[in-house]
Amino acid sequence: MKNSLGRYVPEGFIPFQSSRAFLEQPRTREKIILSENKGNKKLSSISGAFDRLGIGADMTLSFHHHLRNGDLVMNLVFEEIKSRNLKNMTIAASSIFPNNRILSELIENGNVTNVYTNYLNGEVAKSISEGKLQGMLYMDTHGGRSRAIESGDIKIDVAFIAVPCSDEAGNGNGLSGPSACGSLGYAIPDLLYAKKKVVVTDYLVPKVEYVEIEAKYVDYVVVIDKIGNQSGIESGTTRITRDPVGLKIAETTALLLSELGLIRENFSMQTGAGGTVLAVTRFIREIMEKENVKAGFASGGITHYFTEMLKKGLINKLYDVQCFDLEAVKSLAENPNHHSISAFKYANPYEDAIVNHLDFVILGATEVDLSFNVNVTTASNGLIMGGSGGHADTASGAKVSIIVTPLFKTRLPIIRPEITTITTPGEDIDIVVTERGIAINPKRIDLLEKLKNSHLPIMSIKDLSKIALAYTGIPEVRVKKEQVIGVVRYRDQTIIDTLFQM
Amino acid sequence: MRRSLLFIPANKPGMMQNADIFAADSIIFDLEDAVAFSEKDSARILLHNFLQTFKPNYEVIIRINQIDHINGLLDLEALVSDRIDAIMLPKARTASVKKLAELLASFEKARKLKKTIKIIPLLELAAAILETEAIACLPRVDGILLGAEDLTNDMETERTIIGEEIFYPRSKIAYAAKAYGIDAIDTPFTDVNDDQGLSQDAKKAKNLGMTAKAAIHPNQIRYINEVFSPSKDQIAWALKVLEATKTNLGVFSLDGKMIDKPIIERCQKIIEKAKKYRII
Repeated sequence: MKNSLGRYVPEGFIPFQSSRAFLEQPRTREKIILSENKGNKKLSSISGAFDRLGIGADMTLSFHHHLRNGDLVMNLVFEEIKSRNLKNMTIAASSIFPNNRILSELIENGNVTNVYTNYLNGEVAKSISEGKLQGMLYMDTHGGRSRAIESGDIKIDVAFIAVPCSDEAGNGNGLSGPSACGSLGYAIPDLLYAKKKVVVTDYLVPKVEYVEIEAKYVDYVVVIDKIGNQSGIESGTTRITRDPVGLKIAETTALLLSELGLIRENFSMQTGAGGTVLAVTRFIREIMEKENVKAGFASGGITHYFTEMLKKGLINKLYDVQCFDLEAVKSLAENPNHHSISAFKYANPYEDAIVNHLDFVILGATEVDLSFNVNVTTASNGLIMGGSGGHADTASGAKVSIIVTPLFKTRLPIIRPEITTITTPGEDIDIVVTERGIAINPKRIDLLEKLKNSHLPIMSIKDLSKIALAYTGIPEVRVKKEQVIGVVRYRDQTIIDTLFQM
Repeated sequence: MRRSLLFIPANKPGMMQNADIFAADSIIFDLEDAVAFSEKDSARILLHNFLQTFKPNYEVIIRINQIDHINGLLDLEALVSDRIDAIMLPKARTASVKKLAELLASFEKARKLKKTIKIIPLLELAAAILETEAIACLPRVDGILLGAEDLTNDMETERTIIGEEIFYPRSKIAYAAKAYGIDAIDTPFTDVNDDQGLSQDAKKAKNLGMTAKAAIHPNQIRYINEVFSPSKDQIAWALKVLEATKTNLGVFSLDGKMIDKPIIERCQKIIEKAKKYRII
């Protein structure tokens, strides 16, 4: 079976139709689960939580990724699964980072046989790409995961929630303590819908002032020495690139936004992290300062570039689902206009989500095809090295979605006739900006009309692809192996693409 | 008429392939200081093949090695063709510029080139600064680049951020260039991470009469172009003046200020530059 984009869909799955098809289906929600534990919730070890909750084979355990590459909680739970040799477990983690490499051992031993996640790289990604996961990998979006959990598509037996600051009852937040990581927005679906919830903290306080994690949902509070390495929160690129190609793309993007009239009073934006994307933020800021324009809000993963703009009054509000650096954590704790939001509020397709109020979003790409479909999940050899995160969510919600990418990286063309994996459908991508030209999705006649007298190098995506191929030659099309290792799910659970063994 | 000239080492294919995207008016492919002695031949071959493969949308300048050395002659032998626009001559003196002009003439004739290749002398010796005017008036000379690093070595002075030590050579080159209608190209700013310092240095050079500036990193181009391009206010003023000339003859007054022939000519130059650089 194939979906509307011509991609293979395994038996038993629903093929992707379009980014708006889900609106014809009603929202379904399971009952929110409150804790029944009215007694002492405090435990002193992860192992104790396993005993108390009877965690055994075939169960689904979930995690958030706010401690990013500094997370220790996931690894402690994996160690416990390993020592008990539990089999056929399912892991539902909002993201999996290189420091979670122990999971690949569990996968190879058959302890973990199914994985749900929104982003995956490092050793675990390699193991799964090589076909070592006995069951399936389900790659969701951040908004899609919140929908999958509330609808019961992902049924979580126990959620282990790393909470940097908690009281004994389980009220907590991510704002203080030695492992402060800021917003805990991605943990909220797990907190509401998992059958049992275990808060894991290394900073127990008598009273929590700002409550993001509410005790009424929490069954146990495990106090351990250390839940994370704070420096690992700043994984990923949180510095503006000095790469001249990246800067050229960023500058062009800011000029384009200006010509489109998108940098106007009270506008809203999401630009995320990554060297080039951050450089776009810098150039947007220059225009804002020059033209004395203020943004209504910025959202998504928040870096110190946004918090500085908030402090200087260039942005009125920040809606933060994840802090990308420690300055953002500090700002969230101190600035009343810096708000933490849940994954539901950020990007759930059935909510009046923040992504639906964005004037524009700036996104990256690993590959883009001539129909503007984008891959951010796999490298061109099929190795999993990322995932949607909020890519498909923001592309769908924002009024203008812009991909910024070099035309080629080393010898590989990024814009090409055939891409390895589709993560975000081309119908939701409006503009691709490269160092040598800008392609506008032909269905956006309004944007083309606004840019008809522009001096910017606007051309068709076919012409951009031709330029890329003139440098790189036509890449050999990878012959996919037969073994399906997983699926890429659109926000609504339909299958936008299938992942094959590398 | 140039604003920015970007040096790119001729032994770095990754940088060469991106030469066209940084909005530099000219690219100086460097075979001299940027290339180790042991790599001169491979760089020469790479640059030759690059120029045969790509059709640049920028002015192509090649900084050759000194022509009193075999490498300088081999550079010319390998690279003089219709694909290049100018040769930059290091450690230039009046005599070496004349010798280069003769060599180019013979190559052009033998290879039946359709164009006359220009020369941009690089003045980086005290003796060369004293010959500035004699060099500026030579045929083929299309611009002069000040090489402040080697020049201050020669003068045994320190390079400073303020740049007092190059006030005289900057001024001398600016006046000679203006007198002979060629470009006065300022020395590169060597701290590639100090964008603000670069802007200030370029403004200082412009105020002394330099018309362009060389760059050693692509990220410097936007700042140089900004300084050496007409500003929005200048363009608006020039357009207003030129519009007024349609209904006023000779000297007239606009917004309380006298407008005469030199001002009108200046406005025409501003608009010419703005059009060339696609600002309007």
